Amino acid sequence: MPDPVTTRPLPPSHLDPSREAALATSPPHPPQTRVANRTSIELRHLSAWYGDFQSLHDISFDIPANRVTALIGPSGCGKSTLLRWINRMNDTIPGARASGTLQLGETDLLARATDVVDLRRRIGIVFQRPNPFPKSIFDNVAFGPRLHMRMTRSQLQDVVEWALRKAAVWDEVKDRLAAPALGLSGGQQQRLCIARAIAIGPEVLLMDEPCSALDPASTLAVEDLIFELRKQYTIVIVTHNMQQAARCSDQTAFFYEGKLIEVGATTGVFTKPKQKQTEDYVSGKFG
Amino acid sequence: MANMPDSSRQFAADTLPAAPGNDASTRGPLESVELLSGNPRRRRDRRFRWLCIATATLSVLILIGLLGSILIQGLPHFTWTLITSGPEPDPHQAGIRPAIFGTLWVCLICGLLTLPIGIATAILLEEYQPKNRIGRFLYGLIQLNITNLAGVPSVVYGLLGLTAFVSMFGLFSSTSQDPEAPSSRYEIGVQYFDQFFSEGERAILIPIDSAAAPMTQPVAGMTALNFYGEEIRPTVLAPGQPLPTNESLQYTLYADAEAGRITHKAWYYFSLPLGRGVLAGALTLMLVILPVVIISSQEALRAVPSSLRAGALGLGATPWQVVWNVTLPSAMPGILTGAILAMSRAIGETAPILIIAGIVYISRAPQHLMDDFTVMPLQLFNWISRPQEDFHSLAAAGIILLLGILLSFNAVAVLIRQKLHKPLS
Repeated sequence: MPDPVTTRPLPPSHLDPSREAALATSPPHPPQTRVANRTSIELRHLSAWYGDFQSLHDISFDIPANRVTALIGPSGCGKSTLLRWINRMNDTIPGARASGTLQLGETDLLARATDVVDLRRRIGIVFQRPNPFPKSIFDNVAFGPRLHMRMTRSQLQDVVEWALRKAAVWDEVKDRLAAPALGLSGGQQQRLCIARAIAIGPEVLLMDEPCSALDPASTLAVEDLIFELRKQYTIVIVTHNMQQAARCSDQTAFFYEGKLIEVGATTGVFTKPKQKQTEDYVSGKFG
Repeated sequence: MANMPDSSRQFAADTLPAAPGNDASTRGPLESVELLSGNPRRRRDRRFRWLCIATATLSVLILIGLLGSILIQGLPHFTWTLITSGPEPDPHQAGIRPAIFGTLWVCLICGLLTLPIGIATAILLEEYQPKNRIGRFLYGLIQLNITNLAGVPSVVYGLLGLTAFVSMFGLFSSTSQDPEAPSSRYEIGVQYFDQFFSEGERAILIPIDSAAAPMTQPVAGMTALNFYGEEIRPTVLAPGQPLPTNESLQYTLYADAEAGRITHKAWYYFSLPLGRGVLAGALTLMLVILPVVIISSQEALRAVPSSLRAGALGLGATPWQVVWNVTLPSAMPGILTGAILAMSRAIGETAPILIIAGIVYISRAPQHLMDDFTVMPLQLFNWISRPQEDFHSLAAAGIILLLGILLSFNAVAVLIRQKLHKPLS
């Protein structure tokens, strides 16, 4: 039986032609040169526990700036845990603790003294299910800026419009900014949540399966958006959808049972996986 | 790839097993099992539905019967007199006005005290969960306490209120065992006077510094106040001396005249211990309804999806900002509904007020927080326990009024729920 990974064509993509061409023509460089420039988040020997259960085992890799890093792996493999440690959402869970090094630039993300409020301003997060507040569309996007910044009404309006445009939802909502956000469709809500996250000017955007509750058309819109946003933000995306990881990420990290099995440029991980487990997973043999 | 067709899993049409149909061999153990006929099940379903309808109708009929008998008995007495006059000995002139004001005062103060404390407690218990074991144990203890307190009979709260608020554990009665004795109180906003009546039947008032001071003896040349608060110098005559005839007797009195001590209390009068006043009653009712308010507020907060909290936290909101901007606004309809229902319970509460206020003759609305008071259920209880039939009818009229107030409270609760209710996710 031929190796499905090496012989299969690239997955049928609904990317726009230019992007598809860009992906196709980008040579399969080794990770060091392919995902070159700056490191945004540095993980060294990161281990994490929920109570007595160790959810992450000695994870070390770099998350590059202005690139999309996809975390993949079967359910319960620790990828969401890792994401939630990056902006310390795990602080709310009793019994959660971590050891090792997790750094954003000079900031130690695990230190008790680190101000999580300031941290979360720099590291935005988008959740699995769209969770707009039961407020107007405008107030949803203005929520973050109102928490962190002192600005005039017109500045605030500018920020809201900018964020909504960036999240590619402005054209759909510009005439009903005062309408309740919960009246939007699921895909629009998720893009609104992305706008809400970028309205406070974060450096990093974390996305925890942002498309798993969306229909294919909305998924397409959000994926396009993710690809667009990487010019300005470092993006870490957790996904169960292998095609999605292949389509919109630059670097892919494969986790299994709390261990980092393989990390590298996405094209490499999907076409020439070094580990048997990775190969089995991306080819759909398990998971 | 996940969606790549795997040849081993592919089903060709000709390899599919034959359609199950009536082939007995495919039913496995189900083959020997007899199917139930649908008819007995449907009969049982119909019977159950009739049972439900019957019980619902019965409760409505009982309510209609109660309301009907009260309306028939009470409507003749349901007049303006009921609302505008006080408890007179004649049932045809008696009214419930002081009790209405007493109820309003007590419930207003009770609500103002209960809402902040209740909501704050619920926020603490729901939104600021402890991380360590000791904290969780303490929280569990508090929660257990509150849940149990919700079921304590209200008369017990009355006794607690009597000890804790009316006499304040006797902390302030160092000199006297009687908590009502004026000498054992700390007071502000009160002026004591010794009052004489002159030979011309006018009041002469001598301001006194403290309630414990000895009674004033009339002395020649002393200064005093008249009824209007103007300063006067009363003429003091020795006992047995004849009354002068050439001048007015307005401010003339004998040296052996006996004074009576009176008080003038300002609207801000406050004393410790609280005594049998409006504030003590409101605090006691607060104890009665606080567990209910806390529990219903907790339920309302718990109903707010945690994804909203996570969303706000993820944007860098502090826990307080999460509560203030996201959780509390979303939970407010539920909290207010619970609070209003608890208030309507407080309005109808009789036993604790009976212990705090006692059955006393109150002919006017309370004037300050420490003033004696009565409430509507207590006044009704008083009337019902009298032998005259007319008072019973008067009580029925009072019940109509009380029911009206309670129903309008509940209507407000329903309105709030409908107006403010928004989907949360």
